[in-house]
Amino acid sequence: MQFGIFTVGDVTTDPTTGHTVSEHERIKSMVRIGLKAEEVGLDVFATGEHHNPPFVPSSPTTMLGFLAARTSRIILSTATTLITTNDPVKIAEDYAMLQHLADGRVDLMLGRGNTGPVYPWFGKDIRDGIPLAIENYALLRRLWREDVVDWEGKYRTPLQAFTSTPRPLDGIPPFVWHGSIRSPEIAEQAAYYGDGFFHNNIFWPMEHTKRMVWLYRRRFEHYGHGPADQAIVGLGGQVFMRKNSQDAVREFRPYFDNAPVYGHGPSLEEFSELTPLTVGSPQQVIDRTLTFRESVGDYQRQLFLMDHAGLPLKTVLEQLDILGEEVVPVLRKEFAARRAPHVPEAPTHASLRARRDAAVGEGR
Amino acid sequence: MKERTLAVVSAGLSQPSSTRLLADQLAAATERELERRGVRVVTEVVELRQYAHDVVNTMLTGFPPAGLKKVFDLVARADGLIAVSPIFNASYSGLFKSFFDTLDDAALVDTPVLVAATGGTARHSLALEHAMRPMFAYLRAVVVPTGVFAAAEDWGDGSARSRLSQRVDRAAGELAAQMELREPAEVIDPFDNPTPFEQLLAEGES
Repeated sequence: MQFGIFTVGDVTTDPTTGHTVSEHERIKSMVRIGLKAEEVGLDVFATGEHHNPPFVPSSPTTMLGFLAARTSRIILSTATTLITTNDPVKIAEDYAMLQHLADGRVDLMLGRGNTGPVYPWFGKDIRDGIPLAIENYALLRRLWREDVVDWEGKYRTPLQAFTSTPRPLDGIPPFVWHGSIRSPEIAEQAAYYGDGFFHNNIFWPMEHTKRMVWLYRRRFEHYGHGPADQAIVGLGGQVFMRKNSQDAVREFRPYFDNAPVYGHGPSLEEFSELTPLTVGSPQQVIDRTLTFRESVGDYQRQLFLMDHAGLPLKTVLEQLDILGEEVVPVLRKEFAARRAPHVPEAPTHASLRARRDAAVGEGR
Repeated sequence: MKERTLAVVSAGLSQPSSTRLLADQLAAATERELERRGVRVVTEVVELRQYAHDVVNTMLTGFPPAGLKKVFDLVARADGLIAVSPIFNASYSGLFKSFFDTLDDAALVDTPVLVAATGGTARHSLALEHAMRPMFAYLRAVVVPTGVFAAAEDWGDGSARSRLSQRVDRAAGELAAQMELREPAEVIDPFDNPTPFEQLLAEGES
Protein backbone atom coordinates (compact mmCIF):
# COMPACT_ATOMS: atom_id res chain seq x y z
CA MET A 1 0.00 0.00 0.00
CA GLN A 2 1.19 3.51 -0.83
CA PHE A 3 1.15 6.35 1.65
CA GLY A 4 1.74 9.95 0.82
CA ILE A 5 0.60 13.53 0.95
CA PHE A 6 -1.27 15.83 -1.36
CA THR A 7 -1.14 19.59 -1.34
CA VAL A 8 -3.61 22.19 -2.53
CA GLY A 9 -0.97 24.91 -2.62
CA ASP A 10 -3.06 27.59 -0.96
CA VAL A 11 -1.57 30.84 0.30
CA THR A 12 -3.61 31.41 3.45
CA THR A 13 -2.92 33.86 6.25
CA ASP A 14 -1.86 32.11 9.45
CA PRO A 15 -4.82 33.01 11.69
CA THR A 16 -2.70 32.78 14.84
CA THR A 17 -0.09 35.33 13.71
CA GLY A 18 -1.74 37.24 10.86
CA HIS A 19 1.32 36.42 8.75
CA THR A 20 0.88 35.63 5.06
CA VAL A 21 3.73 33.99 3.18
CA SER A 22 4.66 35.26 -0.29
CA GLU A 23 3.98 33.14 -3.35
CA HIS A 24 7.70 32.54 -3.59
CA GLU A 25 7.87 31.28 0.00
CA ARG A 26 4.84 29.06 -0.54
CA ILE A 27 6.27 27.52 -3.69
CA LYS A 28 9.59 26.87 -1.95
CA SER A 29 7.69 25.41 1.02
CA MET A 30 5.84 23.02 -1.26
CA VAL A 31 9.17 21.82 -2.61
CA ARG A 32 10.56 21.47 0.92
CA ILE A 33 7.45 19.47 1.87
CA GLY A 34 7.86 17.22 -1.17
CA LEU A 35 11.50 16.53 -0.26
CA LYS A 36 10.53 15.92 3.34
CA ALA A 37 7.92 13.41 2.21
CA GLU A 38 10.65 11.30 0.67
CA GLU A 39 12.97 11.78 3.69
CA VAL A 40 10.36 10.45 6.13
CA GLY A 41 9.69 7.41 3.97
CA LEU A 42 6.43 8.32 2.24
CA ASP A 43 5.67 6.87 -1.19
CA VAL A 44 3.77 9.64 -2.97
CA PHE A 45 3.81 13.43 -3.25
CA ALA A 46 0.92 14.95 -5.21
CA THR A 47 0.32 18.58 -6.06
CA GLY A 48 -2.90 20.32 -6.98
CA GLU A 49 -3.37 22.48 -10.06
CA HIS A 50 -5.07 25.84 -9.78
CA HIS A 51 -5.35 28.91 -11.94
CA ASN A 52 -6.57 31.49 -9.46
CA PRO A 53 -5.34 33.11 -6.26
CA PRO A 54 -4.84 32.22 -3.44
CA PHE A 55 -3.32 29.09 -4.99
CA VAL A 56 0.19 28.93 -6.45
CA PRO A 57 0.54 25.61 -8.30
CA SER A 58 -0.54 26.47 -11.84
CA SER A 59 2.31 24.52 -13.39
CA PRO A 60 2.52 21.08 -11.79
CA THR A 61 5.06 19.47 -14.13
CA THR A 62 7.53 22.30 -13.52
CA MET A 63 7.35 21.67 -9.79
CA LEU A 64 7.32 17.89 -10.12
CA GLY A 65 10.23 17.99 -12.59
CA PHE A 66 12.24 20.00 -10.07
CA LEU A 67 11.34 17.50 -7.34
CA ALA A 68 12.24 14.61 -9.64
CA ALA A 69 15.78 15.95 -9.84
CA ARG A 70 16.07 16.27 -6.07
CA THR A 71 14.50 12.93 -5.06
CA SER A 72 15.19 9.32 -5.95
CA ARG A 73 12.36 7.16 -4.75
CA ILE A 74 9.08 8.96 -4.20
CA ILE A 75 6.27 8.82 -6.79
CA LEU A 76 5.34 12.26 -8.12
CA SER A 77 1.68 12.75 -8.82
CA THR A 78 -1.09 15.32 -9.08
CA ALA A 79 -4.28 16.04 -7.18
CA THR A 80 -5.69 16.88 -9.57
CA THR A 81 -4.69 17.60 -13.17
CA LEU A 82 -7.50 19.48 -14.88
CA ILE A 83 -8.69 17.25 -17.70
CA THR A 84 -11.38 19.76 -18.64
CA THR A 85 -9.52 23.02 -19.24
CA ASN A 86 -6.04 21.70 -20.16
CA ASP A 87 -5.45 20.69 -23.72
CA PRO A 88 -5.15 16.88 -23.64
CA VAL A 89 -2.31 17.17 -26.16
CA LYS A 90 -0.33 19.29 -23.70
CA ILE A 91 -1.09 16.88 -20.85
CA ALA A 92 0.15 13.98 -23.00
CA GLU A 93 3.37 15.84 -23.79
CA ASP A 94 4.05 17.31 -20.34
CA TYR A 95 3.56 14.12 -18.37
CA ALA A 96 5.44 11.94 -20.84
CA MET A 97 8.34 14.40 -20.54
CA LEU A 98 8.08 14.25 -16.74
CA GLN A 99 8.10 10.44 -16.89
CA HIS A 100 11.42 10.49 -18.72
CA LEU A 101 12.97 13.00 -16.34
CA ALA A 102 11.71 11.13 -13.27
CA ASP A 103 12.64 7.68 -14.65
CA GLY A 104 9.01 6.58 -14.44
CA ARG A 105 8.24 7.82 -10.93
CA VAL A 106 5.10 9.55 -12.20
CA ASP A 107 1.40 9.00 -12.22
CA LEU A 108 -1.42 11.49 -12.37
CA MET A 109 -4.86 12.06 -11.05
CA LEU A 110 -7.42 13.69 -13.30
CA GLY A 111 -10.15 15.96 -12.04
CA ARG A 112 -12.56 18.45 -13.52
CA GLY A 113 -11.95 21.47 -11.33
CA ASN A 114 -14.85 23.27 -9.70
CA THR A 115 -13.89 26.92 -10.06
CA GLY A 116 -16.44 28.41 -12.44
CA PRO A 117 -14.37 31.20 -14.05
CA VAL A 118 -11.40 28.91 -14.82
CA TYR A 119 -13.44 27.31 -17.59
CA PRO A 120 -14.10 30.50 -19.58
CA TRP A 121 -10.54 31.71 -18.90
CA PHE A 122 -9.42 28.63 -20.82
CA GLY A 123 -12.14 28.92 -23.43
CA LYS A 124 -14.45 26.30 -21.95
CA ASP A 125 -17.86 26.12 -20.27
CA ILE A 126 -18.29 24.54 -16.82
CA ARG A 127 -21.60 23.04 -17.93
CA ASP A 128 -19.57 20.86 -20.30
CA GLY A 129 -17.44 19.57 -17.40
CA ILE A 130 -18.37 15.90 -17.74
CA PRO A 131 -18.36 15.73 -21.57
CA LEU A 132 -14.99 17.55 -21.58
CA ALA A 133 -13.53 15.06 -19.10
CA ILE A 134 -14.78 12.19 -21.24
CA GLU A 135 -13.66 13.47 -24.63
CA ASN A 136 -10.32 14.85 -23.46
CA TYR A 137 -9.36 11.70 -21.64
CA ALA A 138 -10.35 9.49 -24.56
CA LEU A 139 -7.95 11.55 -26.70
CA LEU A 140 -5.22 11.57 -24.04
CA ARG A 141 -5.26 7.78 -23.92
CA ARG A 142 -4.86 7.52 -27.67
CA LEU A 143 -2.02 10.06 -27.72
CA TRP A 144 -0.07 7.92 -25.25
CA ARG A 145 -0.91 4.60 -26.85
CA GLU A 146 -0.87 5.28 -30.59
CA ASP A 147 2.19 6.73 -32.31
CA VAL A 148 0.20 8.51 -34.98
CA VAL A 149 -3.24 9.89 -34.19
CA ASP A 150 -6.01 11.12 -36.47
CA TRP A 151 -8.70 12.60 -34.32
CA GLU A 152 -11.74 14.81 -34.41
CA GLY A 153 -13.95 15.84 -31.50
CA LYS A 154 -16.11 18.60 -30.17
CA TYR A 155 -13.79 20.54 -27.94
CA ARG A 156 -10.45 21.06 -29.69
CA THR A 157 -8.96 21.43 -33.14
CA PRO A 158 -8.87 18.15 -35.09
CA LEU A 159 -5.56 16.30 -35.39
CA GLN A 160 -4.20 14.78 -38.58
CA ALA A 161 -1.14 12.53 -38.41
CA PHE A 162 -0.17 13.90 -35.00
CA THR A 163 2.52 12.27 -32.87
CA SER A 164 2.76 13.36 -29.25
CA THR A 165 6.38 13.59 -28.20
CA PRO A 166 8.21 12.38 -26.28
CA ARG A 167 6.58 8.97 -26.40
CA PRO A 168 5.80 7.59 -22.91
CA LEU A 169 8.82 6.07 -21.16
CA ASP A 170 9.31 2.44 -22.30
CA GLY A 171 6.06 2.84 -24.25
CA ILE A 172 4.12 2.72 -20.98
CA PRO A 173 1.74 5.61 -20.25
CA PRO A 174 1.64 6.95 -16.69
CA PHE A 175 -0.95 5.23 -14.52
CA VAL A 176 -4.07 7.38 -14.23
CA TRP A 177 -6.37 7.89 -11.28
CA HIS A 178 -9.70 9.63 -11.75
CA GLY A 179 -10.69 11.83 -8.85
CA SER A 180 -14.21 12.96 -8.11
CA ILE A 181 -16.06 13.86 -4.95
CA ARG A 182 -19.60 13.40 -6.16
CA SER A 183 -19.97 12.55 -9.86
CA PRO A 184 -20.98 8.96 -10.61
CA GLU A 185 -19.93 9.55 -14.24
CA ILE A 186 -16.29 9.83 -13.20
CA ALA A 187 -16.40 6.64 -11.13
CA GLU A 188 -17.95 5.07 -14.22
CA GLN A 189 -15.14 6.44 -16.41
CA ALA A 190 -12.43 5.05 -14.12
CA ALA A 191 -14.18 1.69 -14.08
CA TYR A 192 -14.63 1.58 -17.86
CA TYR A 193 -10.92 1.98 -18.52
CA GLY A 194 -9.77 -0.09 -15.55
CA ASP A 195 -7.93 2.97 -14.21
CA GLY A 196 -7.65 3.93 -10.55
CA PHE A 197 -10.32 5.86 -8.67
CA PHE A 198 -9.44 8.38 -5.99
CA HIS A 199 -11.82 10.02 -3.55
CA ASN A 200 -10.48 13.06 -1.74
CA ASN A 201 -12.41 12.00 1.35
CA ILE A 202 -11.92 15.31 3.08
CA PHE A 203 -15.01 17.37 2.74
CA TRP A 204 -17.75 14.77 2.72
CA PRO A 205 -18.94 12.02 5.06
CA MET A 206 -17.33 8.58 4.74
CA GLU A 207 -20.75 7.19 3.91
CA HIS A 208 -20.68 9.15 0.66
CA THR A 209 -17.07 8.20 -0.16
CA LYS A 210 -18.13 4.60 0.33
CA ARG A 211 -20.95 4.89 -2.22
CA MET A 212 -18.65 6.43 -4.83
CA VAL A 213 -15.96 3.78 -4.30
CA TRP A 214 -18.36 0.86 -4.43
CA LEU A 215 -19.99 2.19 -7.58
CA TYR A 216 -16.49 2.25 -9.12
CA ARG A 217 -15.67 -1.24 -7.84
CA ARG A 218 -18.95 -2.72 -9.09
CA ARG A 219 -18.53 -1.18 -12.54
CA PHE A 220 -14.81 -2.14 -12.71
CA GLU A 221 -15.96 -5.74 -12.45
CA HIS A 222 -18.81 -5.12 -14.90
CA TYR A 223 -16.32 -3.92 -17.53
CA GLY A 224 -14.24 -7.06 -17.12
CA HIS A 225 -11.10 -5.72 -15.47
CA GLY A 226 -11.33 -8.22 -12.62
CA PRO A 227 -13.27 -8.71 -9.40
CA ALA A 228 -14.57 -5.60 -7.64
CA ASP A 229 -12.24 -6.07 -4.69
CA GLN A 230 -9.22 -5.88 -7.02
CA ALA A 231 -10.04 -2.45 -8.39
CA ILE A 232 -7.50 0.29 -7.64
CA VAL A 233 -8.73 2.70 -5.00
CA GLY A 234 -7.10 5.74 -3.41
CA LEU A 235 -8.37 7.87 -0.57
CA GLY A 236 -7.50 11.24 0.83
CA GLY A 237 -7.61 12.17 4.45
CA GLN A 238 -6.81 15.04 6.71
CA VAL A 239 -5.07 14.87 10.06
CA PHE A 240 -3.34 17.00 12.66
CA MET A 241 -1.36 15.31 15.39
CA ARG A 242 0.36 16.01 18.66
CA LYS A 243 1.48 13.58 21.34
CA ASN A 244 -1.49 14.59 23.48
CA SER A 245 -4.75 14.84 21.62
CA GLN A 246 -5.85 17.94 23.60
CA ASP A 247 -2.73 19.74 22.40
CA ALA A 248 -3.52 18.79 18.81
CA VAL A 249 -7.06 20.13 19.11
CA ARG A 250 -5.95 23.34 20.82
CA GLU A 251 -3.26 24.04 18.22
CA PHE A 252 -5.30 23.12 15.14
CA ARG A 253 -8.60 24.76 16.11
CA PRO A 254 -7.82 28.30 14.89
CA TYR A 255 -6.64 26.89 11.55
CA PHE A 256 -9.79 24.81 11.27
CA ASP A 257 -12.10 27.65 12.29
CA ASN A 258 -10.65 29.96 9.64
CA ALA A 259 -9.91 27.41 6.91
CA PRO A 260 -10.95 28.63 3.45
CA VAL A 261 -13.13 25.64 2.58
CA TYR A 262 -15.09 24.80 5.71
CA GLY A 263 -14.13 27.55 8.17
CA HIS A 264 -16.86 29.44 10.01
CA GLY A 265 -19.16 26.47 9.49
CA PRO A 266 -19.46 23.36 11.66
CA SER A 267 -17.30 23.09 14.77
CA LEU A 268 -14.07 21.10 14.69
CA GLU A 269 -15.82 18.44 16.76
CA GLU A 270 -18.84 18.27 14.43
CA PHE A 271 -16.67 18.16 11.31
CA SER A 272 -14.48 15.44 12.85
CA GLU A 273 -17.58 13.38 13.42
CA LEU A 274 -19.15 14.07 10.01
CA THR A 275 -16.00 13.65 7.89
CA PRO A 276 -12.78 11.65 8.16
CA LEU A 277 -10.88 14.64 9.66
CA THR A 278 -8.85 13.41 12.64
CA VAL A 279 -7.23 15.80 15.08
CA GLY A 280 -5.56 14.03 17.97
CA SER A 281 -2.75 11.69 18.92
CA PRO A 282 -0.86 9.57 16.37
CA GLN A 283 -2.67 6.54 17.76
CA GLN A 284 -6.05 8.16 17.10
CA VAL A 285 -4.99 8.84 13.51
CA ILE A 286 -3.88 5.23 13.12
CA ASP A 287 -7.15 3.91 14.53
CA ARG A 288 -9.33 6.18 12.39
CA THR A 289 -7.39 5.54 9.19
CA LEU A 290 -7.60 1.79 9.67
CA THR A 291 -11.41 2.10 9.74
CA PHE A 292 -11.42 3.44 6.16
CA ARG A 293 -11.01 -0.05 4.72
CA GLU A 294 -14.18 -1.14 6.52
CA SER A 295 -16.03 1.34 4.30
CA VAL A 296 -14.22 1.07 0.97
CA GLY A 297 -12.53 -2.35 1.12
CA ASP A 298 -8.79 -3.03 0.79
CA TYR A 299 -7.34 -0.06 -1.03
CA GLN A 300 -4.03 0.89 -2.56
CA ARG A 301 -3.22 4.51 -1.81
CA GLN A 302 -3.73 6.78 1.18
CA LEU A 303 -2.84 10.46 0.81
CA PHE A 304 -3.04 12.99 3.62
CA LEU A 305 -3.58 16.73 3.35
CA MET A 306 -1.05 18.29 5.74
CA ASP A 307 -0.12 21.79 4.57
CA HIS A 308 -3.09 24.07 4.28
CA ALA A 309 -5.13 26.74 6.02
CA GLY A 310 -2.06 28.81 6.85
CA LEU A 311 -0.16 26.21 8.91
CA PRO A 312 3.47 27.35 9.12
CA LEU A 313 6.10 25.30 7.28
CA LYS A 314 7.80 24.36 10.57
CA THR A 315 4.56 22.84 11.86
CA VAL A 316 3.95 20.98 8.61
CA LEU A 317 7.45 19.48 8.71
CA GLU A 318 6.85 18.37 12.31
CA GLN A 319 3.60 16.77 11.20
CA LEU A 320 5.44 14.92 8.44
CA ASP A 321 7.96 13.64 10.98
CA ILE A 322 5.15 12.24 13.11
CA LEU A 323 3.43 10.81 10.04
CA GLY A 324 6.59 9.14 8.75
CA GLU A 325 7.97 7.93 12.07
CA GLU A 326 4.94 7.00 14.13
CA VAL A 327 1.91 6.61 11.91
CA VAL A 328 2.77 5.21 8.49
CA PRO A 329 4.99 2.34 9.71
CA VAL A 330 2.10 1.09 11.88
CA LEU A 331 -0.43 1.62 9.10
CA ARG A 332 1.74 -0.33 6.64
CA LYS A 333 1.94 -3.26 9.00
CA GLU A 334 -1.69 -3.20 10.06
CA PHE A 335 -3.12 -2.72 6.56
CA ALA A 336 -0.87 -5.52 5.27
CA ALA A 337 -2.10 -7.84 8.01
CA ARG A 338 -5.73 -7.13 7.15
CA ARG A 339 -5.44 -7.14 3.36
CA ALA A 340 -6.89 -10.05 1.39
CA PRO A 341 -4.00 -11.86 -0.36
CA HIS A 342 -5.37 -11.47 -3.91
CA VAL A 343 -5.69 -7.67 -3.69
CA PRO A 344 -3.08 -6.05 -5.95
CA GLU A 345 -0.80 -3.12 -5.11
CA ALA A 346 -1.22 0.17 -6.96
CA PRO A 347 0.40 -0.06 -10.41
CA THR A 348 3.78 1.64 -10.80
CA HIS A 349 5.90 2.16 -13.88
CA ALA A 350 8.00 -0.87 -12.92
CA SER A 351 4.99 -3.12 -12.34
CA LEU A 352 3.30 -2.01 -15.55
CA ARG A 353 6.51 -2.65 -17.49
CA ALA A 354 6.89 -6.09 -15.94
CA ARG A 355 3.29 -6.92 -16.80
CA ARG A 356 3.75 -5.69 -20.37
CA ASP A 357 6.99 -7.66 -20.80
CA ALA A 358 5.34 -10.80 -19.42
CA ALA A 359 2.46 -10.37 -21.88
CA VAL A 360 4.91 -9.86 -24.77
CA GLY A 361 6.83 -12.96 -23.63
CA GLU A 362 3.67 -15.04 -23.67
CA GLY A 363 2.77 -13.73 -27.10
CA ARG A 364 6.05 -14.91 -28.61
CA MET B 1 -55.90 1.43 -1.79
CA LYS B 2 -53.78 4.23 -3.14
CA GLU B 3 -51.17 5.65 -0.83
CA ARG B 4 -49.38 8.99 -0.95
CA THR B 5 -46.89 10.82 1.22
CA LEU B 6 -47.28 14.46 2.14
CA ALA B 7 -44.34 16.57 3.32
CA VAL B 8 -45.03 19.74 5.28
CA VAL B 9 -42.22 22.28 5.62
CA SER B 10 -42.81 25.08 8.10
CA ALA B 11 -40.31 27.90 8.46
CA GLY B 12 -41.89 29.55 11.49
CA LEU B 13 -39.41 30.73 14.07
CA SER B 14 -41.43 31.39 17.21
CA GLN B 15 -42.85 28.74 19.47
CA PRO B 16 -45.78 28.34 19.14
CA SER B 17 -45.82 29.65 15.60
CA SER B 18 -48.73 30.85 13.50
CA THR B 19 -46.81 29.55 10.46
CA ARG B 20 -46.92 26.06 11.91
CA LEU B 21 -50.56 26.55 12.84
CA LEU B 22 -51.37 27.34 9.21
CA ALA B 23 -49.23 24.42 8.02
CA ASP B 24 -51.15 22.05 10.30
CA GLN B 25 -54.50 23.32 9.05
CA LEU B 26 -53.42 22.85 5.45
CA ALA B 27 -52.07 19.37 6.19
CA ALA B 28 -55.26 18.31 7.98
CA ALA B 29 -57.42 19.62 5.14
CA THR B 30 -55.27 17.86 2.54
CA GLU B 31 -55.44 14.60 4.50
CA ARG B 32 -59.24 14.90 4.73
CA GLU B 33 -59.52 15.50 1.03
CA LEU B 34 -57.23 12.61 0.11
CA GLU B 35 -59.09 10.26 2.43
CA ARG B 36 -62.36 11.38 0.88
CA ARG B 37 -60.86 10.33 -2.43
CA GLY B 38 -59.93 6.95 -0.97
CA VAL B 39 -56.22 7.69 -0.76
CA ARG B 40 -54.28 6.75 2.35
CA VAL B 41 -51.84 9.48 3.29
CA VAL B 42 -48.69 9.54 5.41
CA THR B 43 -47.76 13.03 6.56
CA GLU B 44 -44.30 14.16 7.69
CA VAL B 45 -43.91 17.61 9.20
CA VAL B 46 -40.57 19.41 9.21
CA GLU B 47 -39.92 22.42 11.42
CA LEU B 48 -37.02 24.18 9.73
CA ARG B 49 -36.04 25.92 12.96
CA GLN B 50 -34.63 22.61 14.20
CA TYR B 51 -32.36 22.44 11.15
CA ALA B 52 -31.31 26.08 10.94
CA HIS B 53 -27.68 25.42 11.88
CA ASP B 54 -27.52 22.36 9.64
CA VAL B 55 -28.84 24.37 6.68
CA VAL B 56 -26.12 27.00 7.08
CA ASN B 57 -23.45 24.33 7.58
CA THR B 58 -24.63 22.66 4.39
CA MET B 59 -24.17 25.92 2.53
CA LEU B 60 -20.62 26.20 3.87
CA THR B 61 -19.47 22.59 3.55
CA GLY B 62 -21.48 21.39 0.56
CA PHE B 63 -22.98 18.35 2.26
CA PRO B 64 -25.90 17.96 4.68
CA PRO B 65 -25.39 16.50 8.16
CA ALA B 66 -27.23 13.21 8.68
CA GLY B 67 -30.37 14.71 10.23
CA LEU B 68 -30.89 17.21 7.44
CA LYS B 69 -30.06 14.57 4.82
CA LYS B 70 -33.05 12.58 6.11
CA VAL B 71 -35.24 15.65 5.69
CA PHE B 72 -33.97 16.19 2.13
CA ASP B 73 -34.74 12.56 1.31
CA LEU B 74 -38.18 12.84 2.86
CA VAL B 75 -39.01 15.93 0.78
CA ALA B 76 -37.60 14.38 -2.41
CA ARG B 77 -39.68 11.22 -1.89
CA ALA B 78 -42.90 13.06 -1.03
CA ASP B 79 -45.84 12.99 -3.45
CA GLY B 80 -46.92 16.45 -2.35
CA LEU B 81 -45.45 19.37 -0.42
CA ILE B 82 -46.99 22.07 1.72
CA ALA B 83 -44.44 24.89 2.10
CA VAL B 84 -45.20 27.63 4.60
CA SER B 85 -43.04 30.63 5.45
CA PRO B 86 -43.47 33.78 7.47
CA ILE B 87 -43.09 36.86 5.29
CA PHE B 88 -40.08 38.96 6.24
CA ASN B 89 -39.13 42.14 4.37
CA ALA B 90 -41.63 41.48 1.58
CA SER B 91 -40.48 37.90 0.89
CA TYR B 92 -40.04 34.40 2.34
CA SER B 93 -37.72 34.12 5.32
CA GLY B 94 -34.01 33.57 4.75
CA LEU B 95 -34.21 30.19 6.44
CA PHE B 96 -37.01 29.09 4.11
CA LYS B 97 -35.02 30.13 1.04
CA SER B 98 -31.79 28.62 2.37
CA PHE B 99 -33.48 25.28 2.93
CA PHE B 100 -34.67 25.13 -0.67
CA ASP B 101 -31.29 26.47 -1.87
CA THR B 102 -29.52 23.51 -0.28
CA LEU B 103 -32.09 20.91 -1.34
CA ASP B 104 -31.12 19.11 -4.56
CA ASP B 105 -32.52 21.20 -7.40
CA ALA B 106 -34.17 18.17 -9.00
CA ALA B 107 -35.89 17.05 -5.79
CA LEU B 108 -39.20 18.77 -6.54
CA VAL B 109 -39.52 18.25 -10.27
CA ASP B 110 -43.21 17.54 -11.02
CA THR B 111 -44.06 17.53 -7.31
CA PRO B 112 -47.38 19.23 -6.46
CA VAL B 113 -46.72 22.09 -4.05
CA LEU B 114 -49.06 24.21 -2.01
CA VAL B 115 -47.53 27.55 -1.05
CA ALA B 116 -48.66 29.39 2.06
CA ALA B 117 -47.43 32.21 4.24
CA THR B 118 -48.15 34.19 7.34
CA GLY B 119 -47.69 37.88 8.11
CA GLY B 120 -48.88 40.70 10.26
CA THR B 121 -51.28 42.19 7.74
CA ALA B 122 -52.75 41.20 4.39
CA ARG B 123 -50.54 43.81 2.73
CA HIS B 124 -47.80 41.13 2.57
CA SER B 125 -49.93 38.55 0.82
CA LEU B 126 -48.58 39.10 -2.69
CA ALA B 127 -45.22 37.70 -1.56
CA LEU B 128 -46.84 34.34 -2.29
CA GLU B 129 -47.14 35.34 -5.93
CA HIS B 130 -43.97 37.31 -6.53
CA ALA B 131 -41.56 35.25 -4.41
CA MET B 132 -42.76 31.77 -3.46
CA ARG B 133 -44.52 30.77 -6.64
CA PRO B 134 -41.62 31.73 -8.96
CA MET B 135 -39.10 29.91 -6.77
CA PHE B 136 -41.04 26.67 -7.00
CA ALA B 137 -41.65 27.25 -10.70
CA TYR B 138 -37.87 27.49 -11.08
CA LEU B 139 -37.56 24.13 -9.31
CA ARG B 140 -40.07 22.80 -11.85
CA ALA B 141 -42.57 21.93 -9.16
CA VAL B 142 -46.30 22.05 -9.89
CA VAL B 143 -47.64 24.87 -7.74
CA VAL B 144 -51.40 24.64 -7.20
CA PRO B 145 -53.38 27.76 -8.18
CA THR B 146 -54.51 28.76 -4.70
CA GLY B 147 -51.86 30.10 -2.33
CA VAL B 148 -52.95 30.66 1.25
CA PHE B 149 -51.96 33.72 3.19
CA ALA B 150 -52.95 34.17 6.83
CA ALA B 151 -52.65 37.62 8.36
CA ALA B 152 -52.92 38.13 12.10
CA GLU B 153 -56.55 39.20 11.80
CA ASP B 154 -57.54 35.97 10.03
CA TRP B 155 -57.01 34.04 13.24
CA GLY B 156 -59.80 36.10 14.84
CA ASP B 157 -62.39 35.60 12.12
CA GLY B 158 -65.38 34.35 14.12
CA SER B 159 -67.65 33.18 11.32
CA ALA B 160 -68.39 29.45 11.24
CA ARG B 161 -66.92 29.14 7.77
CA SER B 162 -64.17 31.73 7.98
CA ARG B 163 -62.67 33.03 4.83
CA LEU B 164 -59.29 31.55 5.83
CA SER B 165 -60.69 28.06 6.29
CA GLN B 166 -62.42 28.32 2.93
CA ARG B 167 -59.10 29.18 1.28
CA VAL B 168 -57.42 26.35 3.18
CA ASP B 169 -60.00 23.86 1.93
CA ARG B 170 -59.81 25.10 -1.64
CA ALA B 171 -56.00 24.92 -1.74
CA ALA B 172 -55.97 21.52 -0.02
CA GLY B 173 -58.48 20.23 -2.56
CA GLU B 174 -56.25 21.36 -5.42
CA LEU B 175 -53.19 19.76 -3.85
CA ALA B 176 -54.97 16.50 -3.10
CA ALA B 177 -56.25 16.27 -6.68
CA GLN B 178 -52.74 16.73 -8.08
CA MET B 179 -51.30 14.20 -5.63
CA GLU B 180 -53.90 11.58 -6.48
CA LEU B 181 -53.43 12.14 -10.21
CA ARG B 182 -49.72 11.31 -10.24
CA GLU B 183 -47.99 8.01 -9.73
CA PRO B 184 -46.13 7.86 -6.42
CA ALA B 185 -42.86 9.77 -6.57
CA GLU B 186 -39.85 7.75 -7.61
CA VAL B 187 -36.36 8.82 -6.65
CA ILE B 188 -33.72 7.64 -9.10
CA ASP B 189 -30.40 6.95 -7.42
CA PRO B 190 -27.51 7.58 -9.86
CA PHE B 191 -25.38 5.23 -7.77
CA ASP B 192 -27.77 2.35 -8.36
CA ASN B 193 -28.12 2.94 -12.07
CA PRO B 194 -25.13 4.85 -13.46
CA THR B 195 -25.29 5.97 -17.07
CA PRO B 196 -23.22 3.35 -18.94
CA PHE B 197 -19.92 4.75 -20.16
CA GLU B 198 -20.57 3.79 -23.79
CA GLN B 199 -23.57 6.11 -23.63
CA LEU B 200 -21.49 8.93 -22.09
CA LEU B 201 -18.93 8.48 -24.88
CA ALA B 202 -21.61 8.43 -27.56
CA GLU B 203 -23.24 11.60 -26.23
CA GLY B 204 -19.96 13.40 -26.87
CA GLU B 205 -19.89 12.27 -30.47
CA SER B 206 -23.45 13.29 -31.30
